[in-house]
Amino acid sequence: MESNKSIFFENYGVTTQDLQSYLDAALERGGDYADIYFERKINYSIVLEEQIIKTATKAVNVGVGIRVLSGEKTGYAYSDDLDQKHILKAARTAAFIASSASEGGRIGIEAHSVNENSLYSIQLLSTDIGIQQKIALLKEADQAARAFDPRISQVQASYVDETKHVLIVSSSGRCVWDVQPLVRINVSCIAEENGKRQSGYQGGGGRRSLDIFTDDLSAGAIARESARQAVLQLNAIDAPAGPMEVVLGNGWPGILLHEAIGHGLEADFNRKQTSAFSGLIGQTVASELCTVVDDGTIPFRRGSLNIDDEGNPTRRTVLIEKGVLQGYLQDHLSSRLMNAPVTGNGRRQGYDNIPIPRMTNTFMMAGESAPEDIIRSVKRGLYAVHFGGGQVDITSGKFVFSASEAYLIEDGRITAPVKGATLIGDGPTVLREVTMVGSDLKLDQGVGICGKEGQTVPVSVGLPTIKIREMTVGGTEK
Amino acid sequence: MELRNDLEMTQDLKDTAEYVVRRAKAKGASEADTFIREDENFEVTVRMGEVETLKESVSRGLRLRIFAGKRTATSQTSDISPSVLDALVDETVEMAHLTSEDESGGLPETTARASDLPDLQLVDTSWNDFTPEQRIDWARRAEAAAMKVDSRITNSEGGAFSYERSRTVLANTRGFLSEYEGTGGYVISTPVARSPEGMQRDYWVSVARFRSELESPESVGQRAADRTLRRLGARKVRTCEVPVIFDPLTARTIINHVFQACAGDAVYRRSSFLIDQIGMKVAASDLTIVDNARLIRGLGSSPFDDEGVPTQTTPIIENGILQNYLHSSYTARKLKARPTGNGTRTGAGSISVGPTNFYLMAGTTSPEDMIASVKSGLYVFELIGHGVNAVTGDYSRGAVGIWIENGKLSFPVQEVTIAGNLRQMLNDIEVVGNDPAFLGPVSAPTMKVSNMVISGE
Repeated sequence: MESNKSIFFENYGVTTQDLQSYLDAALERGGDYADIYFERKINYSIVLEEQIIKTATKAVNVGVGIRVLSGEKTGYAYSDDLDQKHILKAARTAAFIASSASEGGRIGIEAHSVNENSLYSIQLLSTDIGIQQKIALLKEADQAARAFDPRISQVQASYVDETKHVLIVSSSGRCVWDVQPLVRINVSCIAEENGKRQSGYQGGGGRRSLDIFTDDLSAGAIARESARQAVLQLNAIDAPAGPMEVVLGNGWPGILLHEAIGHGLEADFNRKQTSAFSGLIGQTVASELCTVVDDGTIPFRRGSLNIDDEGNPTRRTVLIEKGVLQGYLQDHLSSRLMNAPVTGNGRRQGYDNIPIPRMTNTFMMAGESAPEDIIRSVKRGLYAVHFGGGQVDITSGKFVFSASEAYLIEDGRITAPVKGATLIGDGPTVLREVTMVGSDLKLDQGVGICGKEGQTVPVSVGLPTIKIREMTVGGTEK
Repeated sequence: MELRNDLEMTQDLKDTAEYVVRRAKAKGASEADTFIREDENFEVTVRMGEVETLKESVSRGLRLRIFAGKRTATSQTSDISPSVLDALVDETVEMAHLTSEDESGGLPETTARASDLPDLQLVDTSWNDFTPEQRIDWARRAEAAAMKVDSRITNSEGGAFSYERSRTVLANTRGFLSEYEGTGGYVISTPVARSPEGMQRDYWVSVARFRSELESPESVGQRAADRTLRRLGARKVRTCEVPVIFDPLTARTIINHVFQACAGDAVYRRSSFLIDQIGMKVAASDLTIVDNARLIRGLGSSPFDDEGVPTQTTPIIENGILQNYLHSSYTARKLKARPTGNGTRTGAGSISVGPTNFYLMAGTTSPEDMIASVKSGLYVFELIGHGVNAVTGDYSRGAVGIWIENGKLSFPVQEVTIAGNLRQMLNDIEVVGNDPAFLGPVSAPTMKVSNMVISGE
């Protein structure tokens, strides 16, 4: 374990004694709990457009965030300078929230690394690989998209990677660190024909090195999918308006779960009783065909983490079991105030942000129906397979998600592609309308970005093909 | 390395900026510019009368852009210690040799001169006298004011106060070196109301560069409560085609889609529904939109843009006719136009096109008269979701509002979508309100679109 030291000890000269003094300063006004989050994040990004490499970028972000809890209060301060003077000042600023005169007892810090059974591949970090290899991936994407169809007029391909080192120390004696890789390729295309223009988008990636970009996730495959969507949309007809039966394809349409129930089950909203799901534990919120989990432990997935940003191990949390609401996604503060176990869902965008409960990889377990049978069972409905994004109002429970690839289903057959349209529903009731669940569970390709209170974090979603008895489709064809 | 010694001694951001571009040149960059920002932040949230979070910080970030002939690379760092900066400059120069030649690349030909820089009143020094206790008190009062309006307001996501002071320094290898500062604060209140039909929340926020221009916490709380209470008991309506009135908070999102469509980078990428339409009628004939960077005390005002180009007022749509797109030096070269001072430094250090104060000019009709003119229709005050296609203008978003029946606000509506196409919607903006509201860099008064499809039951 000693051979696997965090860079904050090795390169930045942080010592256990320093950590102790920072925690002492943080608790000098009597807070109940303090933690320190060191972060160093290196990113490279490269953009190809108009068939040339427009720019390459490197970003370095280093800083430390100190949090002090006192009852329900949180004091937070951060510094982008890792010298002792600045960190101590931040610790005292964060301590300001607490006001009792009591002195925090001395804390023994135990050091652990958590890379022992890593969920990622960190033998060869993407940020240590020269940019020529990354440029080659973008050129592969550009050629594949243009070769897919002569109507493709514009291709924008971007590559982004990240290596994040974290060291988390808390007044409970925890001291853990992790090295978190992340890579992603995005391709957007424009197709033009007879004065009509349409766009397509596809991305993919995960917590590995460049070796993730093979097979379905090869740069060429991602680009062809983007091109296919753009060309398909050229002949799309106006989307219908009004309530109808909806079939969601497998994979990324799992964004339904993320918006309809995932956010509403984050513990902070439920602790404050501002969620439409507040007080519904043990009640039926979905059809018995639905079992929904959040699992941060799936190897290489975009939403996976060895430890969350409070140093707790991630895990698999069942949110809904056969239709019945089981529990919430917890961070340290909410679990303590709600007297519930932590679930490893305390996450933050970076050292300049307070951790809050967030999702990791959220998906519905597979059912028994064959996907073809699900389509065949629909007389008139919408089959939505690709989405742009979604949003939810936690308090009213109303959510939307916007289809970017959808088709009409007529008499059990998939017919015309329709233009993008927003689907709208009610979180606590929409899953009660699920009447069939497919056997084809799939997670998305590694493109999810979730925003909450101004903080974005990478997530994944997943879904088998499902049928919803009725949802409101927001098109223009009445 | 004498330069390094200077830097360590003074640690002044201007010296750092000059040092960085000099080093870039010495390491083989043909041109370079650097953008440094220092931010001081204070943020407090009070919930149910108690301080919930208190956050304070001073942070810095440096962004660098290197040209090696016609090739470009950029970088960004939060760590501006000399050793990290040196390594980053060197690596960025190396990366610049690996990207492609781009005919339109390079620094802007013209940058602002000292004589061009007006006093836009971006800094209010009276914030200095506003103690942390007073700031916490403002957050507390904003929440308390909302809580006492009505017994149905039973909960809250809190009241908050935030203050920021920022300093921006820009230098390039052609000798440009300048800086400006800005202050800003906001007060927000987010109450939660309950009725037998369920819970609702809404908010109101007041934001300004000058403390004297902020609404009082009591006014913010009252408006937040009114906005929340009017949503109680909201329901769906039948699918129909009716006029839609957008309040200033939602109208500005539509105007933001216009900004995105007029941004030079969307135009050259052909990912805008307004390409190839300069000089053509794209909106209702009394509609005028400008981008005005020199609005006194404006939230989006600045003397020069993030490349050093002097800012200006650019007409976008005049009486329904599309006049101009907005440009950085890069998009201007690509599209054979003049830079408009809209170059914006992205997080990663490259330049995109951003709005300054981009707004729809107010009309003469009051929002009340606008509502009175509608037989049946929807008054919208919240939009959710991402259902806007920038390329085609196809539009479909979730909406919350109040149904209008015979010219009167009738009952609250939720779980519906409104759909149309932005091209048509711009032409269908029948009336613009006399209630300009500057709530951010992009803003609009109340406005009425004559016809949209509401999808509901």
